[in-house]
Amino acid sequence: MHRNFPYPSDKEESAMSLTIGLEVKYDVLLIRLAGELDHHTAEELRTKVTDLLEKEQIRHIVLNLEHLTFMDSSGLGVILGRYKQIKNIGGEMIVCSISPAVKRLFEMAGLFKIIRFESDEQYALKTLGVA
Amino acid sequence: MRNEMHLQFSALSQNESFARVTVAAFIAQLDPTMDELTEIKTVVSEAVTNAIIHGYNNDPNGIVYISVVIDDGVVQITIRDEGVGIVDVNEARQPLFTTKPELERSGMGFTIMENFMDEVVIHSEVNKGTTIHLTKYLTKSKALCN
Repeated sequence: MHRNFPYPSDKEESAMSLTIGLEVKYDVLLIRLAGELDHHTAEELRTKVTDLLEKEQIRHIVLNLEHLTFMDSSGLGVILGRYKQIKNIGGEMIVCSISPAVKRLFEMAGLFKIIRFESDEQYALKTLGVA
Repeated sequence: MRNEMHLQFSALSQNESFARVTVAAFIAQLDPTMDELTEIKTVVSEAVTNAIIHGYNNDPNGIVYISVVIDDGVVQITIRDEGVGIVDVNEARQPLFTTKPELERSGMGFTIMENFMDEVVIHSEVNKGTTIHLTKYLTKSKALCN
C-alpha cells in the first residue's frame, strides 16, 4: 500500500508560501514541507494532516523539514498538535532533516525531550519498518 | 547613519510574511549575518502574529504598525496594535503560556523574542493596545565597541 497525494496546482494554492507533500506508506504518513511555516500556513497543514488521519489507517508520522526555509512558534504549535494526535493513537512522530535555525526553536520549546529526531528521511522510515 | 522606515497593514495572516520580509529587506543594508536576519524575521513574525491573533482577535479591520530605526548597527523595531491589550504582561512572557491553546498556540512567542533580541520591552493597556520594542545589536557593531 503506497499512495501519493500530489501537490495542489490551482492558482490560489500555489500562491501559498508553504508546499505540503503527503505520502502514505503502510501505516506511516510521510509529510514533506517546503517553504515557510507560520501562522498563515499552519492552518492548511493542520487541516490536511487531520483529514488524512481520519481517512487512512495511519499510526506514525515522519516529518521531513529539509526544504523548510522559515518557521516560527506557530510552526511549533502545529507540529506539537500533530504529535499529540499521533501519540493518542499509540503511534510515534519522527522529525528529520532540520536546519540549525529550526533546531534552535525546537530546543527552546523542549521538543527534543518528547519527539524523536533523525538525520534523514530514509533512516527514519527504516526505523518504522517501511523504507 | 540613522535611517528609519514605517509600515502599516491590515491584521491579516497573509501579511505576516510580507512584514518579516520587508523588515529584513530594510535591515539588509547593515550587512547582517544570515543568523541575524533569520532571528529578526522570526521575531517580527512572532510579534505580528500576536497582534493579529491576540490583539485583534483575527479582526481584519485592525491595523498593525511597524517602525524600524537603524543606527550604526543597532536595530530598533517597534510593533504596535490598537487591540485588546494584555491583562498580565509577566504571565504572557512565561514560556508555554497561552490564552488560546485551542488554536494550537505554542506559547513560545515572547520566549523566542527574548532569545533572539538583546532587549524586549512590552507596553500594554487593556482595551488600548500593545506596543513591543525590540532592540538588537548586530555583531559588526558589537565588534566596533570592543
